Amino acid sequence: MSDIIQLHYDVDGTDFAAAGEASMKIKKELRSLGFPQDVIRRIAIAVYEGEINMVIHADGGTADVNVGLDEIEIILADTGPGIPDVEKAMQKGWSTASEEVRNSGFGAGMGLPNMKKNTDEMVIDTEVGVGTTIRMKVYVA
Amino acid sequence: MKIQEIVALIDAEVKSGSDKLEEEVSSAFGSDMMSEVLAYVQNQGVLLTGLVNEQIIRTAAMMNMYCIIMVRGKQPTDNMVEMAEDNDLVLLTTERTLYETSGILYTNGLNPAGHSYV
Repeated sequence: MSDIIQLHYDVDGTDFAAAGEASMKIKKELRSLGFPQDVIRRIAIAVYEGEINMVIHADGGTADVNVGLDEIEIILADTGPGIPDVEKAMQKGWSTASEEVRNSGFGAGMGLPNMKKNTDEMVIDTEVGVGTTIRMKVYVA
Repeated sequence: MKIQEIVALIDAEVKSGSDKLEEEVSSAFGSDMMSEVLAYVQNQGVLLTGLVNEQIIRTAAMMNMYCIIMVRGKQPTDNMVEMAEDNDLVLLTTERTLYETSGILYTNGLNPAGHSYV
């Protein structure tokens, strides 16, 4: 399957207010390409949750989107602390976020489960002290 | 329910989207945790929150919502108002509490947002 377009964004880890900028841009881009509303919404939510995670836990990272006709692939990569226990991180409500993050409306331990819910495929590749890469796919058809 | 009716029912002040008060909304969700909004809300509608930061605008935009009601007298920053305008969102403020605002809107026919648990 050939990609129509490839998008790349840097996620600034120092600015919590800016978290979500990449997902907003991706949303607008996909809308202008004419993708279905539901597909766009699921991708926007998955990328937004990922961005928040990268800002909270990993000093930022990158978001790449490979837009194809049949599927859209999202790759979120950071060089943060890694996830020591992925199984635990996938449990609803489990979070290592600080009190400050929770006071900002996040860190409810729903991020990764919500990313999984909104995508058709999700693979987490993580190593403690090295970083985390999350690959997700949303089928268009 | 038209957003204009919401404004009247809760004595709200319109901070952005004053040209969109004729829009119809049918459901709402109230929370200070944006994580929960992102995880549970399914239908388009109204977000009630006491949280003040840019992420309430992003969250509502991401969920394709129409209107945000900031409760307990919370005021948006200029940047939040600008972001709301950019995203075609109506931003309202009210002195009423989350519970009171929810009660008034619920009794007047604004339904709980449809949700799907993660």
